[in-house]
Amino acid sequence: MLFSTNVGEFLTRTRGRRRWDVTDVIAYLYLAFGTLLMFLPVLWLVLSSFKTPAALVKFPPSILPYNQEMAAVEGYDEPLPLFTVTREDGSTAQMVQIRRVGIEAQMADPANPADVISVNINDREPVEKLSLAWENYTEPLARFNFLTYLRNSVIVTVAATIITLLINSMAAFALSKFEFRGRDVILVIIISTLMIPISVVLVPVFLVITSVGWVNSLWGVIIPGAATPTGVFLLRQYMLTLPDELLASARIDGASEWRIYWQIVLPLAAPALAVLAIFSVMWRWNDFLWPLIVLSRSELFTLQVGLNAFQGELNVQWHYVLAMTVLTLLPITIVFAFLQRFITTGIATTGMK
Amino acid sequence: MTQKSGSYSSPRRSVGEMIRAFFYEIYAFIMNLADVVLTPLQRVIGSRNMAYFFVLPNLLIFGIFVLFPMLLNFRYAMTSGTGLFLSDRPFVGFANYRALLNCTNFFDPNTCVEDRFWRAIWNTVFFVGFQVLGMVIFALVTALILNRGIRGRGFFRSVYFYPVLLSPVVVALIWKWILQRDGLINAVLISLDQERVNFLLNADWTKFWVIFVSIWAQMGFYMLILLAGLQSIPADIYEASAIDGASPWQDFRGITLPLLMPTLFVVLVLALIRAVQVFDQVYVLTNGGPGTATFYMVQYIYNTGFSGQPQRFGLAAAASVLLGLTLLIFTLIQLWLGRSSEAV
Amino acid sequence: MMKQRNWLLLAVMLAAMLVFAACGGGASNAPAGNEAATEAPTEAAAPAEEEAPAAEEAATEAPADGSADAAATEAPAEEAAADASSGASGDAVELRMTWYDDGAEGAVMRDLLDRFEADNPDITVIMDTVPYATGILETLPIQLAAGEGPDMVRVTDLGGLSPFFLDLTPYLEDPAYWEENFGPFLTWLRQAGDESSIPGFMTQLTVTGPYVNKTLFDQAGIELPAGDATWEEWAEVTRQVAEATGTPFAMAMDRTGHRFAGPAISEGAKYFDAEGNPALDDEGFRKMAQLLIDWHADGTMIPDVWMGAGGSYAAGNEQFINAQIVMYMSGSWQIGQFNEKIGDAFDWVAVPNPCGPAACTGMPGGAALVGIADTEHPEEVARVMAYLAQPDVLGEFYGRSLFIPGHLGLAESGVEFVTDSPLTADALTVFAAEVPKLNEVAYELQGYRFNRAIFNATSDRLTQVLVGELTLDEAMTRIQEDVDKAIAEAQ
Repeated sequence: MLFSTNVGEFLTRTRGRRRWDVTDVIAYLYLAFGTLLMFLPVLWLVLSSFKTPAALVKFPPSILPYNQEMAAVEGYDEPLPLFTVTREDGSTAQMVQIRRVGIEAQMADPANPADVISVNINDREPVEKLSLAWENYTEPLARFNFLTYLRNSVIVTVAATIITLLINSMAAFALSKFEFRGRDVILVIIISTLMIPISVVLVPVFLVITSVGWVNSLWGVIIPGAATPTGVFLLRQYMLTLPDELLASARIDGASEWRIYWQIVLPLAAPALAVLAIFSVMWRWNDFLWPLIVLSRSELFTLQVGLNAFQGELNVQWHYVLAMTVLTLLPITIVFAFLQRFITTGIATTGMK
Repeated sequence: MTQKSGSYSSPRRSVGEMIRAFFYEIYAFIMNLADVVLTPLQRVIGSRNMAYFFVLPNLLIFGIFVLFPMLLNFRYAMTSGTGLFLSDRPFVGFANYRALLNCTNFFDPNTCVEDRFWRAIWNTVFFVGFQVLGMVIFALVTALILNRGIRGRGFFRSVYFYPVLLSPVVVALIWKWILQRDGLINAVLISLDQERVNFLLNADWTKFWVIFVSIWAQMGFYMLILLAGLQSIPADIYEASAIDGASPWQDFRGITLPLLMPTLFVVLVLALIRAVQVFDQVYVLTNGGPGTATFYMVQYIYNTGFSGQPQRFGLAAAASVLLGLTLLIFTLIQLWLGRSSEAV
Repeated sequence: MMKQRNWLLLAVMLAAMLVFAACGGGASNAPAGNEAATEAPTEAAAPAEEEAPAAEEAATEAPADGSADAAATEAPAEEAAADASSGASGDAVELRMTWYDDGAEGAVMRDLLDRFEADNPDITVIMDTVPYATGILETLPIQLAAGEGPDMVRVTDLGGLSPFFLDLTPYLEDPAYWEENFGPFLTWLRQAGDESSIPGFMTQLTVTGPYVNKTLFDQAGIELPAGDATWEEWAEVTRQVAEATGTPFAMAMDRTGHRFAGPAISEGAKYFDAEGNPALDDEGFRKMAQLLIDWHADGTMIPDVWMGAGGSYAAGNEQFINAQIVMYMSGSWQIGQFNEKIGDAFDWVAVPNPCGPAACTGMPGGAALVGIADTEHPEEVARVMAYLAQPDVLGEFYGRSLFIPGHLGLAESGVEFVTDSPLTADALTVFAAEVPKLNEVAYELQGYRFNRAIFNATSDRLTQVLVGELTLDEAMTRIQEDVDKAIAEAQ
């Protein structure tokens, strides 16, 4: 009984309460734990993107990107790797390794490189220092046309979102505020395709794109997904709640249907439009398979296609994939950071309706 | 509209308002320009018929790029061969459907001709059941907690929402690096002198993690919707029930849950749609493994029609038609339920 | 009533399709407008409440916007390609080469193409690098079938895509050179019944075979087994090494039917019946499958690769790099990344393929650069291919990419591999020496048009046995069925 009371209180308390009690502590612990759970994986991705290929596959993995320290030693052209060596008497010293033969390493004091001793490889530990592998970022950026991919991604995302918002809101307006022949048929057809994932009809859609001549055109990426059933559905549900009287009085004032649409309905449907905009931006920005099928020319590639090109047949260049993934996350994170309040409250208000 | 023009004409404006006003001006200019054409159009066809003008662009794109391909799929499902164009594909009637539905015992995939299809079906049923349940529970609990007088609610709200922004592929990549044999969790376990756990090697663990990761990635979205639903419940209802001496648990059962029902229903529908369509995230995280433990419907269709060699479009199309019909029935049931509870 | 409406809808859709086709064509000729493009990002970042209104504004501009940029973005790529060719004339033929990268070989190819362009200002070649699995394996066949393929492409499904390949013979000055140097590999690129066409050349030959962690052997004080040791003997020895050194696992093998096929053929698997049709269920195949099952059951093999999550292909390279396994059955393509990632951590050496009663063979494999029959410029394609196939050019490509040459003359004379690591050079030598030892069945299987169906069925079904979803008998039946179904579909 006590349990259910506590749980009940825990679940129903609303804001503006008096003082701290045990349920508050639990609530904050839950939130703190959740915050870690949500954020650490992303942080891990960012840190990993700064690791060298060798450090990426190392086990146990280090949290921060470490690299073996190298020391320049007189008499050797290349810097030599630095190790902590445990001598037979148990004392330790930092030494450079000149070469390794089998299980014996030839090592020397960096200050006195002529004096070479032989050390079993199990008696030495590499000296590591924190270092960021910026080359994971700079090398692909030099080799690949990152800016081109970025521009294509932005064009696709922005154009697709604008078109999606425009045509879906127009359709939703008609379907929610007009009585016309065929309306119910259209509604049923749209709703019946709500749940079918686009990935199961890839081949027929590609055929249509081919016959339209949009292969290797950004239009082939932008247009097919623009009329999303989810968008029409979402917007229509929202517009149904707008009072008809507003529209009626505007008509009496002589406003055209188009004017009613853009001056009254659209501004009032802003929260729902915001949700659809977010949906569309996320989806277009992250879409990979469809652009890859439609676009085979690299000057038209989007970021997702470009970054996945580091996945070969027999080898995946993870260090590049991770670094480029972080880069593609950046723009969307920045947009989110600026619009965070609006996005979250926007979704929230739509959900209510 | 009145709000907009009102803020525009107010004497002192912030920079943000000026930017807004600027964009609104452009927007209004273009829309007015369109009206030059559309007002005569309305005069010609009548204001009622303007509805057709409004639905037309959407309907065209929808018809050509969504509906027409789906209809084509019906046709593909009745052909075989490897040709891409229908004219190159021999007609085989219902052979593909027969192959898919040829089972001695539908509950034992090993007795089916297309055993993977049935493994995928039962796996999907399992996944959808537990994922939707888990999603709703976690989203609800988090929303309830955030609905308390929590400091920094905006911060937590953003943090929980952030994973929603990540692409499914990125989500899967991150978690793969955390869960694999040499991953982050095992590194922590070993540093604590614990036994290593091979999460991605064990069918039960993998099923769990696939569900966990998808909840991790999408929960924030549903949490926000539920939070809004909670905040729309008037506080005075609780005050009244407090005067009646109701326990908090009674409050939850008697007030919160019933009033939240419509919102909960929306969340349920959306979560269900996403769960049935599960694909890319699992494809990258486990690729259906170990064995076929996390092999789901959409991946079956994708593998059969796309990544297999030779690509079996006919069989994949038949499977997608079956999937589509099942989903259609589900959608209609849901809408019917939703209508009867006035939720949607 | 319903029906009538649907027909009406269909008619409208068809009409609309024509309109769209017309628009699409027209839009791509629209003049460039760069302001629109720079405006786009700002709009995205504009306060979202304004997004909807701002939206329409750009929507009307979108046609100019999108196509203008498509045109604008083409420019840098072309420039990059053209800057090497000093006197590139305006009407240079542009050829498209679809490529994928396992390492740095794309950069080497670009280098060579730049040189070609410098000598041939009338041709520019643009490389489009795509992800392998989704790009080359899954999407390319559909693009080719739709007639939307590139001019040249680097492929691995040699037999499966052969109907789309261009026969270079009429455009080549010296077809005999190609026959002579690429002869055995050309048969992989040809359709059944075709004995003369020259579609392209191998960008690399791969050979499967095992690597061992020699340092672990040294630490255990155990000698490497002789060259004719059997798989069972290797398993025994590596187990001892693993035990003596505290290494978690003795062996690993990439999860793919291709890696499995070498050992299986060594154990006596024939893969084909007398008529040349796939017949997988024989003693040799079962023997190797049983060994695989046993090695997983007794902990000799690391379970993650074959039993873990993952599709038809999974590799054990990371565990080998981390010194978690003593012996790793993979192939020659790992050399580059072992060189990079293992560095000086331990001595990794390639060893000859272990033996079975029938053979001591690995599997050949590789990728080829081929011309595509749909190209509008077959002559130019042939010129590029002929340039790349010259012994010194191709030798440089193999040498800098650390690939085993798929060119008989170069295989004989040897390629100068660009590496300062003795381990790398040794491993390349070992794999090159495996090539002449490859079994006939291995060649037949590699050249078989539907080998991918065989490989996928093998790995998928054997994995199901390992995780307990099927018995070996059931798996053998399923493998044969899977392959038969795939072939039936294709005929």
